[in-house]
Amino acid sequence: MNTDLEQFYEIFFEEAGELLAEMETRLLNLDILSPDPEDLNAIFRAAHSIKGGAGTFGFTDMAGLTHVLESLLDRLRKGEFELRAEMVDIFLHARDVLRDQLNGHKGNSSADPTEMEAVNRKLKELEMDTGSNHAAPEYPPAIDQTTEAAAAHGEKAENRILLSPNDLVNSGVKPPARAAVSASHSKQSADHSASSSGNESSSIRVSVEKVDQMINLVGELAITQTILAQTASQIDSVIYEKLLNGLNQLERNTRDLQEAVMSIRMMPINFVFSRFPRVVREIASRLGKQVDLKIAGEGTELDKGLIEKITDPLTHLIRNSLDHGIETPEKRKTLGKPERGTIILRASHQGGSVVIEVMDDGAGLNRDKILVRAQSRGLPVSENMTDQAVWMLIFEAGFSTADVVTDVSGRGVGMDVVKRNIEELDGRVEIDSVTGKGTKISIHLPLTLAILDGLSVSVGDQMFIIPLAYITELLKPAAEDIRIIRDQGRVVQVHGECLPVVALHEIFNLESAAQQIHEGILVILDAEGSKAAMFVDTLIDQHQVVIKSLENNYRRIQGVSGATIMGDGSVALILDVAGLVNITKQRMVNAA
Amino acid sequence: MLLTQAAATSESLNPARDLASNKFLIFRLGKEGYGIEILKVQEIRRYGAISRIVNSPEFIKGVINLRGVIVPIVDMRIKFNLGKALYDQFTVVIILNLSGRVIGIVVDGVSDVINLDTEQLRPAPEFGEVIDAEYIFGLGAVEERMLTLVDIEKLMSSPDMGILEQR
Repeated sequence: MNTDLEQFYEIFFEEAGELLAEMETRLLNLDILSPDPEDLNAIFRAAHSIKGGAGTFGFTDMAGLTHVLESLLDRLRKGEFELRAEMVDIFLHARDVLRDQLNGHKGNSSADPTEMEAVNRKLKELEMDTGSNHAAPEYPPAIDQTTEAAAAHGEKAENRILLSPNDLVNSGVKPPARAAVSASHSKQSADHSASSSGNESSSIRVSVEKVDQMINLVGELAITQTILAQTASQIDSVIYEKLLNGLNQLERNTRDLQEAVMSIRMMPINFVFSRFPRVVREIASRLGKQVDLKIAGEGTELDKGLIEKITDPLTHLIRNSLDHGIETPEKRKTLGKPERGTIILRASHQGGSVVIEVMDDGAGLNRDKILVRAQSRGLPVSENMTDQAVWMLIFEAGFSTADVVTDVSGRGVGMDVVKRNIEELDGRVEIDSVTGKGTKISIHLPLTLAILDGLSVSVGDQMFIIPLAYITELLKPAAEDIRIIRDQGRVVQVHGECLPVVALHEIFNLESAAQQIHEGILVILDAEGSKAAMFVDTLIDQHQVVIKSLENNYRRIQGVSGATIMGDGSVALILDVAGLVNITKQRMVNAA
Repeated sequence: MLLTQAAATSESLNPARDLASNKFLIFRLGKEGYGIEILKVQEIRRYGAISRIVNSPEFIKGVINLRGVIVPIVDMRIKFNLGKALYDQFTVVIILNLSGRVIGIVVDGVSDVINLDTEQLRPAPEFGEVIDAEYIFGLGAVEERMLTLVDIEKLMSSPDMGILEQR
């Protein structure tokens, strides 16, 4: 196999992977009663394109399977038969086999032949059921087009005409099928070029280091631009008008470039979430359970590196919820719960960290059972442990309280791996559970590399970033709203509520410009349920900032969650709002 | 060749320490000359705008943005009370890369990079140095000068500096 060809293989693998993913999403989206013709067309096109590519590279197994799939889909989109739920299952199954075949060609574990056999049979039955006895209607014209190519394979082409699509698939690995498929490719590539101007998704694979290098270089460029702008502000604007115009242009371009480059690393978490409807659907039906999956916050942007690494732990948590959490419909009925269980998958920015929650309304964790199991495994436990501490026991290696070890989960491998994976990302896991009501597992991922919307404020000569997610209101307080209680603590009355004042200049030992609170501005914060008012001198601007870790090269600072680089190259600290509210409350308690 | 030489050197000084190379970057703090292993030095920059960090000791000047990496800057003159902490055209920041941790130190100027042979090295004095003997490889005699060779990695990660989280 020469390297040149391998390069093209890579492209095909990439493309086919994308097409298969699209096929899956579209299939899952299909409304059985009135399928969207656009979806059907897209699924057909995906099958068609894979067939073409597979044929070109001689992956006859894939080409064969996609051919059958394609012809079925073609008739479906032309309305020759009605879509039924089980067809979607068969198509999904075929799509999985294709993926396995693709992996096989990539040199990974290859497709299971019995699976292939099964899916072939199913497709064949489907073809019979839908009343098609004639061989692939698309084929004859394709042959005509192949005159030259087919001439070379003269006999083989002859052979092929006699093959029905099903035969073709069954003999998928034999040369005749290959000729057939490469023949069809010429037609396909024509289609392809015609549609390439359309909504085709295209991507390039670039190493993350290159992107990071680019981000840093653009950062440097922005700083240089600022320096130029500062120097230029001192020159005569009449004489150097053109120069100044150029510099203005440069400023705009630099800003746009910076934004664009920053966005490269960020991906919506939907890249992970989108696979779960499928997972839930399949596992639920295997376990005989009825489950709705609700997804929220799928637009939350996360660094690509984190997205890749969070997939496995999340899949595991969802499987667990399905297997151990949600009860069978009968059991739920007797418990007075709705028969359909619900799993909610939610992502959000909370105080700069990204929180992903997996919630189910299932059985919840069983405290007694966990304690017994922990004891038998020789873990140090006691009856008066807090619920939180008990729940954390399930993250111990080899821990499982599942009564039955199923093929879905319950073998006790996993939760410890989940925890370890998340800790490797500097994240943490929390469990909340109410027996009989459900379980909520929250994954907190660190700030590193996540983008944050923030408000920049100044205190004294320093600038800080307050994450926008915490801010509920900004106000200029009236002097009479501020009360001092017990010397130390100050509270401010906002809409009838007394909120503690977080005095940044005191916590950070700064000289604030505003002497009195009513001379400054109060930022009303809601930090995970506890409200407070932060006192700052002035508001500066609202930004989208890239969070940089301070702790890579420096120790942790209380009240600071990270740092960011501002447009002029200076570094601003990002406030740890929850931490600061706690510090303030602690101070009030101590003073009392 | 260099390695064996270095190994021999370190043995005569302090068997516990291995010098990866015997090339040293020489800088000045007040009147004194100091040397650090060149392999620990990432780059040298002019002293420029530094963003302060709250609640940090006086010798930590703040942080800078070094091509997207946030780097703390330590003023060695303040930390070790050596001369006046003036910031003039000679003031430079040596950016160190200590096993992946990037830290900058402010010094009164760098002079050159020198090779020190075994015979130029003397063991560290037990006391009388500004920097604790624990953080010193030894002394280097170059012409008329005596240079203090600092184990900068050990020094910067010491709890005394309070820069790195103690792990």
